[in-house]
Amino acid sequence: MTNLQTKKEPGSVKDIKSARFAAMTGNNAIAEAMRQINPDVVAAYPITPQTEAVEEFADFVANGKVKTEYVAVESEHSSMSACIGASAAGARTITTTSSAGFALMWEMLPIASGLRTPIVMYVANRAFSAPLNIHCSHDDTMGGRDTGWIQLYSENAQEGYDNMIQAIRIAEDQSVRLPVMVCLDGFIISHSVERVDLLDDETVRKFIGENKPPYHLLNVAKPITIGACALQDYYTEHKRQHSEALINSKDKILQVADEFAKISGRKYGLFESYKLDDAEYGLVIINSAAGVAKMVVDDLRGKGVKAGLLKPRVYRPFPGKEIRDALKHLKAIAVMDRVDAFGAGRTPTFTEVASAMYGLEKQPLMINYVYGLGGRDIRLEDINNVYEKLMDIAKKGKVDKVFDYLTVRE
Amino acid sequence: MALSLKELSKKEELFSSGHRLCAGCGAATTMRQIMLATEDPVVISTATGCVYVATATYPYTAWKCNWIHSAFENSAATISGVEAAYQSLKRQGKIDKKIKFIAIGGDGGTYDIGLQSLSGALERGHNFLYVCYNNEAYMNTGIQRSGATPLGASTTTSPAGSASYGKKVFRKDLTAIVAAHNIPYLAQTTPAHWRDLMGKVQKALAVEGPTFLNILAPCHRGWRVEMKDSMKLARLAADTCYWPLYEVENGQWKLNYTPKEKKPVTEWLKPQGRFKHLFSNPEYQKVVDRLQETVDKEWAALLKKCVVESKPPETETKTAPARDVC
Amino acid sequence: MKKQMTRKEMPLGTVIDSPGCSREYKTGGWRNLIPVRNAEKCTNCLICWIYCPEGCIKVKDGKITEIDLDYCKGCGICAEECPVKGKAITMVEEKKEN
Repeated sequence: MTNLQTKKEPGSVKDIKSARFAAMTGNNAIAEAMRQINPDVVAAYPITPQTEAVEEFADFVANGKVKTEYVAVESEHSSMSACIGASAAGARTITTTSSAGFALMWEMLPIASGLRTPIVMYVANRAFSAPLNIHCSHDDTMGGRDTGWIQLYSENAQEGYDNMIQAIRIAEDQSVRLPVMVCLDGFIISHSVERVDLLDDETVRKFIGENKPPYHLLNVAKPITIGACALQDYYTEHKRQHSEALINSKDKILQVADEFAKISGRKYGLFESYKLDDAEYGLVIINSAAGVAKMVVDDLRGKGVKAGLLKPRVYRPFPGKEIRDALKHLKAIAVMDRVDAFGAGRTPTFTEVASAMYGLEKQPLMINYVYGLGGRDIRLEDINNVYEKLMDIAKKGKVDKVFDYLTVRE
Repeated sequence: MALSLKELSKKEELFSSGHRLCAGCGAATTMRQIMLATEDPVVISTATGCVYVATATYPYTAWKCNWIHSAFENSAATISGVEAAYQSLKRQGKIDKKIKFIAIGGDGGTYDIGLQSLSGALERGHNFLYVCYNNEAYMNTGIQRSGATPLGASTTTSPAGSASYGKKVFRKDLTAIVAAHNIPYLAQTTPAHWRDLMGKVQKALAVEGPTFLNILAPCHRGWRVEMKDSMKLARLAADTCYWPLYEVENGQWKLNYTPKEKKPVTEWLKPQGRFKHLFSNPEYQKVVDRLQETVDKEWAALLKKCVVESKPPETETKTAPARDVC
Repeated sequence: MKKQMTRKEMPLGTVIDSPGCSREYKTGGWRNLIPVRNAEKCTNCLICWIYCPEGCIKVKDGKITEIDLDYCKGCGICAEECPVKGKAITMVEEKKEN
């Protein structure tokens, strides 16, 4: 997985003051972002493959590199609970997890978002048990996509680092006040060394600014009650308020991306379009596998095949309209997920994309693959086979099998 | 401050009227007494349970202090986050006020589902007081048995029937479990012993580090007694030595109340409908006997641990009402 | 009772920013029995005050001024716990309209 930089703005990173770069794993890059963010509170519990990030951050605390109060909790349920308490008390708060840890804190995820606590969480995506597997699937965050959080996905360590810094700004914005999870692929990215361009500390500090909570628990002069029960008379209004905030956060995410481009030279959007404008055959694929797929796209383009790719970055709020506009001219699309939605016969991203395409007069043909479960490698030839399948169904004008597993021993 | 009722009655009530706890609720009296005992501003986290649902029903709140609920099993974890935020912001000079932290949970939220979160927060040494209002079952959801429910009690998930005398096992000794964390201060009390309770709240809040109070707070609905009798039942629990009032301060166990005459446990059991079946079926006399034996054994063990007998911290007396026991 | 807010009027994230506003929710209607206090017998020991679950016994300068019937749920703890011989508070059937 090389040469996977996101699109550069005119000019290059060389123009950015004090920029530096380093060889880092995904976990290193996240820990470095956390050091630069310098949060008031981190409450986290170690779990493979995220562990290295919290270990490294604990080291920053132990050496006085950050002002953070580090709460070494006894479980992920308590890490998210403590983060909710800290964030409700006005502290800038970060946590990290993976897989089973994500599942254990699950109960607290909609509570964090429902209480509008702007926590930022790094998730190194990992498969759910059983059978136990420590490698990458998107079971955790795809399962948690409807817990009311903003979700940002990251192809590589660079994007993970950049997303963490932007996540703070997005979460704490007065118009948003929602928690954000930053996801990258466990082991494949969390443990692979890549070049990461880093901002200097002062630039990050200025970019993220101060957290200014409208209410908090340590304001003795203005006591609040937060987390009251709301029954038939108020529950719906709370959910509607939350839903609106999440949908409206899209504009803020783009605004923060624009500002981030100014300090970094790296421009982010709701998703990355790769050679899509004139494409006939496209993949929709999230995180690290998009890197492999881009190499296949380049190869196919060299052979005259109009291949392209769309890599979602912002999954919640889901940019359905924008994705539809980016994909509607294609002949055939394969939506690929590193997760199955058991019994649905379609994976989560297929459902989202198909729903976004609903109502188009002329819809592209669409197929759906489950791939790469539990860290199974996805090879160039696997992706190439998918494009060949797309060319085949475009030629036939029909799809005979919408849903399938890729690279499975039947 | 002096624990005289006259002086206390001048304080602002931080736990307001208009809450929806049952008439005669022992936990409601407990909450009032806790809040009246506080001196510095407090932030409270409350576990899901009676006190939660009845005091914070949107858009109403009975709390005049900063207050948070996030879930059932995590009152201690939630307050540990609030306290960590306080430590961090104070160290950075962003906050200068002295603030105290209290986590509240029922016996369900403390003995059972919240035990891990409590243990973790105690071990980490956060500066907070954990209060368990123990009414000996899941009362909020309709009287299901908990780890605090006594042997022989009939609850909706340990009902007495033709083949059962109710709960088959003893309650766990949570106060001793907490004591094993070697925290600087912990105690047992009841709201009927208001001076003991409020003195212990003040003592706990004055200590640096985690502290814990296990407060027996009768629930007349679950115990099947008359609502006027909540305080009477709490007093009987102490007088029968079923619920001794003691404290553990820096590892030293101290008894705070010795009944003039140790009453038989049946005096506490008999008024309660949840134990009625034990007295209508002669076969179940053995359960009553086991309860008495256990109380005797635990009381004797406690006396051994309590090398010092002490009065609670504040002993100023008020004009002599007979019930103002300690 | 509070006027029902719309989602736009509600503070973010379930925050209630009026401390102690449960006082707007009157619980006196729950009551069947009403406490009647005999001021002559009452020694103002304030035992009823400290045990009342509702905080509805009003005290000024150490003397009971009234029992706030807006909140009294009629549990009878005040009468039960009253240490005065012959009781300074008794619970009586409340005559309700309708």
